[in-house]
Amino acid sequence: MDVQTLKPIASQRLPCAPRRKALFGLGSVALLPLLKLAGCSTVGASNSHSLSALPGPNSAPSAEQAAAAYRFVNRLSWGARPVDVQRCLQIGQVAYLREQLQPAAVALPEAVQAQIDRLSIQQPTPAERYAAAEKPRKTSTEEVDLDKRKLEQEAYQREMTRQGQEAMTRAVLRALYSPAQLQEQMVWFWFNHFNVHLFKSQIRLLLADYEEQALRPHALGSFRAMLGAVARSPAMLLYLDNAQNGVGRINENYARELLELHTLGVEGGYTQKDVQELARVLTGHGVNFSPNSPKLKPEWQALYQRDGFYEFNPARHDFGDKLLLGKIIRGRGAAELDEVLDLLAAHPATARFVSRKLAMALLMDEPPAELVEAMSRAFRADAMTTVLQVLASSPLFSAAQSSKFKDPVHYVLSALRSAYPDTLILDTAPVRLWLNTLGQGLYNRPTPDGYPLVASAWNSSGQLAARFDVARAIGGGAANLFKPADGPAPMAARVMPTLMGTVPSASGQGIQSLGLPANPMPALRPATIAALQAAKSTTDRNTLYLAAPEFMFR
Amino acid sequence: MSSRQRRSFLQLAAAMPAWTAGAGLAGLSSRVWAGPVTDTRFLLVFLRGGYDAMSLLVPASSSFYKETRPNIAVPLASAGQTAGATRLNSPGQTAGATRLNSDWALHPAMDNSLLPLVQTGQARFIPFAGIDDPSRSHFETQDAIELGQQRGASRDFGSGFMNRLAMQLGARNAIAFSSQMPTCLRGQMAVANVSLKAAPPSARGGAAPLQEALKAMYQDTPLQARVAESFEVRSQVAQEMSAMTGEMEAANRGAITAKGFELEARRIARLMRERYALGFVDVGGWDTHINQGAGTGYLASRFEELGTGLAAFAAEIGPATWRKTTVVVVSEFGRTARENGNRGTDHGHGSVYWVLGGGLSAEQGVGPVVGEQVRIEASTLNQNRDLPVLNDYRSVLGGLFARQYGLSAKAIDSIFPGAKPQDLRLL
Repeated sequence: MDVQTLKPIASQRLPCAPRRKALFGLGSVALLPLLKLAGCSTVGASNSHSLSALPGPNSAPSAEQAAAAYRFVNRLSWGARPVDVQRCLQIGQVAYLREQLQPAAVALPEAVQAQIDRLSIQQPTPAERYAAAEKPRKTSTEEVDLDKRKLEQEAYQREMTRQGQEAMTRAVLRALYSPAQLQEQMVWFWFNHFNVHLFKSQIRLLLADYEEQALRPHALGSFRAMLGAVARSPAMLLYLDNAQNGVGRINENYARELLELHTLGVEGGYTQKDVQELARVLTGHGVNFSPNSPKLKPEWQALYQRDGFYEFNPARHDFGDKLLLGKIIRGRGAAELDEVLDLLAAHPATARFVSRKLAMALLMDEPPAELVEAMSRAFRADAMTTVLQVLASSPLFSAAQSSKFKDPVHYVLSALRSAYPDTLILDTAPVRLWLNTLGQGLYNRPTPDGYPLVASAWNSSGQLAARFDVARAIGGGAANLFKPADGPAPMAARVMPTLMGTVPSASGQGIQSLGLPANPMPALRPATIAALQAAKSTTDRNTLYLAAPEFMFR
Repeated sequence: MSSRQRRSFLQLAAAMPAWTAGAGLAGLSSRVWAGPVTDTRFLLVFLRGGYDAMSLLVPASSSFYKETRPNIAVPLASAGQTAGATRLNSPGQTAGATRLNSDWALHPAMDNSLLPLVQTGQARFIPFAGIDDPSRSHFETQDAIELGQQRGASRDFGSGFMNRLAMQLGARNAIAFSSQMPTCLRGQMAVANVSLKAAPPSARGGAAPLQEALKAMYQDTPLQARVAESFEVRSQVAQEMSAMTGEMEAANRGAITAKGFELEARRIARLMRERYALGFVDVGGWDTHINQGAGTGYLASRFEELGTGLAAFAAEIGPATWRKTTVVVVSEFGRTARENGNRGTDHGHGSVYWVLGGGLSAEQGVGPVVGEQVRIEASTLNQNRDLPVLNDYRSVLGGLFARQYGLSAKAIDSIFPGAKPQDLRLL
């Protein structure tokens, strides 16, 4: 086999840059009806830049630059595609990072946005959606016929599940196609940090708004603001049982996790007494799904607060003074919580705990203490952009030796971004299934600690076997991705991935780069190259590429 | 290819992580085992969420128990009442706990599963068991138990006590029956894992046909042994499950009746009988902050499913292997002695651990409830809140392992550094 006989895997791809097609002499476009991402808006982090600005072959970067850019982008994103690496090489790492840290002006590709806009979770208000879902359950409690009651209960469960799945679809589409890749990674990071579980009580109905309102606006912004938004989110108040926490009926669950998992960390220097005092501060912060507010004594009416399903009910609040972390909190109502959150957000233990976790998520399992310290200092400014700036500016961030084993979410998303860089998937169901199979289902971590961030949690033999199966499914052109979940029959059965950019040359001495300035994976070991060369079919070659040890790390 | 491209590739290859240069891990080997090296079996069952031990092993002699749990205290079966009989006649309301001795009674949901094992000396309880970790955090205490390292000392989060046990036994046939590798089996010894909650994957599905190419790609990487093992385990599991399904179908005239944890436990028993000496499985759903029930209700049905599953495990593994098998059931902590405002219980401290096996000792004086004990009253509570830990789990398991495997004090110390093994004469 020589270079010429290595058939492009995806001759049907319609690349953004027409000249690339000419360059490869790609064949017929058999699958035109599949949605292509509009224009080239995914190329850079801003629509004002276009592929036409790509450097010609004469200004190609050095191999070291290309490899460093690949690693840099791969850490900032859900998987570096050739165009992303190209963009980084073109404008440099500093400017690339700046774009990623200020994604306000960045729009999703039109076709992706249109798909998201069609989701019901994007449309009516949370209250309307909740009421619609609750309707069959309400009727069911009045229903005398037990069979009918059962059917209505099932309809209620189905509607909740449907809304939960829509939230997953939105997350997958954004992660795969948003040019603001760092923002998308941070939304995932924060959800995992402030984890709630899909299947607890009615959280499926609250998930979409929780992510959208409590986390996303602050993902690159103020930790304190996010902490406050989470503390007044119905999803968290239900998940950690604070909706049940009232004076004389103390429930410590949220108080404990707020200290242990959300802010100070388990070694952050608090005591059981602090947990109990914080639980008292949290009394009365709860959830009210009814449009009506409770009847209150006149002196309490002014203290009552309501925002959507969130409510602060002074009748359930412990108005005594509290002593938390050595500070006296004067009992006065909802404002106590804000005072405490100020205290926690500004605590040095919080800065260290959150900074270390962030470095673990994006960089390596055991980040060096000096880096964590530098990030912790930046944390004081209460802007995640400055913390991320410190992290991404570390030489380790584009260094080879700090490679990080991908967790299943990162693995699946990066495989899809590599396989289908410019073809819009029409159904996220296979992605959701793969993630559940790999043990990291979206919104599906039952415990508040969130999914582990270290390799040892994800690289056991059983998990690797499951991962290889996913590589096979994607490598074989997972047809289900391209069948609309509820639309007309698909136009094409299979869409084979575009992993051709990295197929090694037959001589085994290099990579047929196919004109790309940097391959999606810049360095393949000889054993991997040999396996790819020996592959008997396109499916096998794709599978091996996605299952290769190099692809497991970033 | 141009010379520039070639140079690029070579330089990029040089920039790969260190392990790609051929550094394997000495402790890992790709060898997978055909059968147990020791003929005894040990299964750890971890009840995640902190189960309410005082509902399982009811403090029958404590009036404080009833006073402090007005809505959720498990009632006792009336004197002379035979276990199980009442439930058959009038299930539900009258379900009462059967007395095991003057101090303790067993939850009625266990009447048909665990109780017969207790009555025939094949199951015992260790109350006031647990870990001295005072955090009452699920995650902190679960991790601490699974790591099994000395509190206050610097800890290695990559080394769990069951992995260290496997090292001491030279038992390479350890397995976690879970889709994720649990902390207690992390470590130097390569351990397999497979979830048996759902039907296991077929031996030839997915990427299996590419296994030789995959193994070749992972040659000389730290994941080499695990990749080889992944295909080996898959084929073994598929083989055993197919045999078991066949037998069960034959026995039930075509219908597989077991489901949920019982089916999972039967699958585990089957694999452990044939191939694995050390096993781990976790069971969730125990964090009962709200409306946990008493003789019946949410927690009762969880107990019933668990008990039925463990009895099925004992049956499925077969009498010969069951005699050499020990099952230990643990949880990260017990719960508050008092019921909370939501007819549930909150995070507490001391728990009740269980030891099951076909070869438990029949020594005189070893009753169904063993270990240090204290009468449960307001004054004996830990921090006026929950049960104290009088039987440190590291000491208890250390003592058990010493008996089961004949391990030296030095070997036990490498599994549980600094612990003093406590011999409860369980085996």
